[in-house]
This record gives sequence, structure tokens and C-alpha cells, in this order.
Amino acid sequence: MISANLSAIFYLVSGILFILALRGLSSPDTSRQGNYFGIVGMIIAIVVTFLSIGNFSTSLIFVIMFLVIGGAIGAFIAFKIPMTAMPELVAGFHSLVGLAAVFVAIAAFLNPEAFNLGAVGAIKLASLIEMSIGAAVGAITFSGSIIAFLKLRGMMSGSPITFSGQHFLNLTLGIGIFVLIFYLCKTQSANIFWLVVIISFLVGVLLIIPIGGADMPVVISMLNSYSGWAAAGIGFTLENTALIITGALVGSSGAILSYIMCKAMNRSFFSVILGGFGADSSAGEKKEKKDQKPVKSGNAEDAAFLMKNASSVIIVPGYGMAVAQAQHALREMVDKLKKNDIKVTYAIHPVAGRMPGHMNVLLAEANVPYDEVFELEDINNDFANSDVAFVIGANDVTNPIAKTDPKSPIFGMPVLDVEKCKSVLFVKRSLSPGYAGIDNELFYRDNTLMLFADAKKMTEDIVKNLD
Amino acid sequence: MEIDPFIFRLSIFILSIFIGYYVVWSVTPSLHTPLMSVTNAISSVIIVGAIIAALAGSSESVFNISSIFGFIAIVLAAINIFGGFLVTQRMLQMYKKKKDKKK
Repeated sequence: MISANLSAIFYLVSGILFILALRGLSSPDTSRQGNYFGIVGMIIAIVVTFLSIGNFSTSLIFVIMFLVIGGAIGAFIAFKIPMTAMPELVAGFHSLVGLAAVFVAIAAFLNPEAFNLGAVGAIKLASLIEMSIGAAVGAITFSGSIIAFLKLRGMMSGSPITFSGQHFLNLTLGIGIFVLIFYLCKTQSANIFWLVVIISFLVGVLLIIPIGGADMPVVISMLNSYSGWAAAGIGFTLENTALIITGALVGSSGAILSYIMCKAMNRSFFSVILGGFGADSSAGEKKEKKDQKPVKSGNAEDAAFLMKNASSVIIVPGYGMAVAQAQHALREMVDKLKKNDIKVTYAIHPVAGRMPGHMNVLLAEANVPYDEVFELEDINNDFANSDVAFVIGANDVTNPIAKTDPKSPIFGMPVLDVEKCKSVLFVKRSLSPGYAGIDNELFYRDNTLMLFADAKKMTEDIVKNLD
Repeated sequence: MEIDPFIFRLSIFILSIFIGYYVVWSVTPSLHTPLMSVTNAISSVIIVGAIIAALAGSSESVFNISSIFGFIAIVLAAINIFGGFLVTQRMLQMYKKKKDKKK
């Protein structure tokens, strides 16, 4: 058994280790070390908790047993999950943090003595407010993440679900939660506490259902942020420094990521929350307009010829590439090009995947060295000096209309200046529009050659033709 | 008059938000996905609360209504801790530098 002061210092140490864990991510070289800092911080926090309680009865055996069960499930998932499914995984994990926060708050409400918060029916006022806020945010995180998970997994349609009076209902429920917390403080009634939890679950669902598939990167980041605030709320209840620091870190991290994603789509955070954008996420080529302007289309042979005679090629991958599982074939193609002394780089738009940084992970998985991969602002000027842009599975993020037509829904969104390349190869299954539901002007440019095929098949064919 | 300890905790909280702000802006965009999975893992330090709740039962009655919530929360948080750190590790292992000469 260690004193409360000593354990508080250890909690501070683990909080600092968590800060270093995030700091490590500033470069891939230091990132692995950062992850170890995080693991050490977590071990310290858990061990100190055991020591400070000093209860080594049968309960401890059960605690360790449940810890091992959870750990085994977590480890199993971590090793099995394909990288394309990272967004779902992260959404699922967020829901667990949220639910854990709710359960800890419930446990604290039912047994406040254990947490040194007073007695049942006479919980300290500040603690009561903190735990009900923690529970409410946790519950919103949980049910919201479940909806996000279902949408990402395709178990629920990605199209926004809206009904009249939705925002009014959300607002009413939100205010209702605050009113109930106020009465909870006055009456200490368990029923009101349960009601707060239930309404919060409902709010989580209602908040996420109107948000369309295309806005998912924002949603995931936002829920990331919520899970942090929920943890911080519980941290205040438990008077635990590690939890307060971590909650603040995670909360601000998620908020920054949401901001970056909104900016990359030129959407205001508010309009994402209000929802109703980005109709269906998976339905690819539904309606092909017949009144098409002329397009130049080619085959693998043409593409191989163009690239072989180029001196620099920029690859623009999008989520479609990942869906087609073309990243390994793509790497092979790039290897062949590099053998012919052609300079190849990758250009990544911030929303190229389904979550922040998703495309970078997918390319890393295909053994693409990270120093060949560039972010939008770092590479956009290079398009004008390059011979070939190879667009694979991306669409809206290359649409020049975002720069020219103020009426377009994506106007103002930062796009890759693909059209400035001498020639553009565009691998796509058809001329259908992307998420934003608008035609890509790039298809009809003189310097664009459309390659109509499945991304993986086309890339493999090009590889054959490069020999 | 003495300062309420709550104010100290609030100060830690607010300063940590600032630390988080600057640290996260320095994270390279290519590592944003590992950032999310690792923040997930560390926010599961909430397991501390779950352990306190679970250990509150006596030797005779390990499981009471409050400790059961604690035990479930332990499982949920443990999934997150192990899953979060391991999947982050798995992703970070894939980030490699170009082996041959630099450009």
C-alpha cells in the first residue's frame, strides 16, 4: 500500500509518458519509441492503482482474470484486422472507451464510498456533476461510435438519415440532460441518473445518423475527441491526474483532427454536424449519363507506353485503390518504373482514405517507403513539372472545378493540381461521379487518358506491359 | 482562504489541453491514423477507475452491483489498451525508409 501523494506522483509520471507517446509521432523514426512510452505509462498507472488500493483479496484474482480476457480479445483483434478496416476498428474502440466511462461512472454512483466521494444519497456535489457529465459524454461517444462503426462497416447505409424537427429534438434532449443533472444534484435520485444515461445514449445515435458516408473522417475524429472528454470527466470524479491529462490530450487531439479534416473538405464543422451530405458511400457506378462529352480512353498498353517515356510520374491514390486491393500491384508497377530511372512520388490528399492518414498506412503496408509519399501542400507545385499523373481510385480530390466554379458543392476545397501534368492517366471503372455527386471536369480534358477497368486489374496489366 | 483542490485539477486539465494542442499539431499527417489508435489506447487509462470499482467488493462478496460494472469496464478498457497499443505498433512497423540511395 502506497500513500496517496506517492501514487499521485506516479500518475503524473504516466501522464507525462503519454505526452511523450504523442510527441514521438512527429516522425516515423521516433514513433515506435513513443509507443513504448505509452505502454510503460499504462503499466505504471495500472500497477500504482493496485498498490494504492492494497486490496489483495480474491477480488484481485478476478480483476487480473478480466484484464487478461480483455487483453486477449484486444490482441487478437489487433493482429487480425486488415488495414483497410482501420476506420471501423477505431470507431469500435471509441465506443468501448465511451462505454467504460459510463460503467465507471455508474459504479461510482452506486458505491461512492469506494471512490471516497461521500455516501449513497449524499455524494459530494462537485463529484456528482463530474460523474454525470462523464457518464453523459461517455454514453454519447458509445452510441455515436456504434452508429459510425455500422456505417463504415456497410452494415448500415451511409446515406444520411434526416427527419423534420431533428435538430430541434437534439437541442431539446441536450438541454434536457443539463436540466436533469441539475435535478440530480438536488435530489441525488438514482432514477434521474439512469435517465441522464439513457437520454445520452439516444443523443449519440441522433447525432451521427444524419451524417453521410463522405463525412466519416470528421465523425471519427470528433468521436475521438468525445472519448477524451469523457475520460477527463471521469478523471475529475476520481481526482486522478493521469486520467485528466490523458483526457485533455485525447480531447484536443480529436478536435484538431476534426478541424484538419473539415478544412481538407472545405466544410465547416457545423455543417458536418448538421449532416445531410455525401449520399451513398459504397454505391459506385449507378447512373451513367448518356449525353457525354467526348472522352479519350486507352488501355494498359497506352498507359505503359506513356509512363515508360516519362521522366517523372506522380501517383494519386484514393480509397478506390484500397477497395480494389490494388496497392501491392501499384508498388510493383512503381518498382518497374524506378528501374527505368523514372522518378516516382505519391501525392496524398488529406481525405484520401476513410480516416485521417489512412492512405499513408495503406501505402506503408504495401512497403512504399514513407519518404516517397507527400502531402498535398508539399507536392502540389510538382504537378506542373511532371510528365504523368496516375490517378487511381481517387476522384473528387482531383476535380479542378473546386478551383473554378463557385456554384459547385466542393468549391474552395483544396485539390491536387493533377491537370497541370503533361498527361493524366485516370484509372476508374466508369465516368460516374464521386461522393460529392458531381462530374469531374478532368475526364474531358485533352491531356487525360481514361483507363476504364478495375484498379487492380489495370495496374497488373500495366505491369505486364512495362516489360 | 484555501484554494479548492478542484482548481488545481482544473489547472492541470487546461494546461494539458494546451500541451495536447501543440504536440498534436507537430504530429506528421502521415501518422494521423496511428495517432488515433494510440490516443484510443491511452484514453483507456480509465481502467484505473474500473479497477477501483472492481476491488471495492469484500472477500466474501466479490461481486456486488457496483463491482460488476467495474469488472465489465475492466474488460472493455483492456480490449482497448491491448488492441490500441498493438495495432499502433503493427502500423508503425510498416513505416520504412527507402533503403537505396537518397535522392
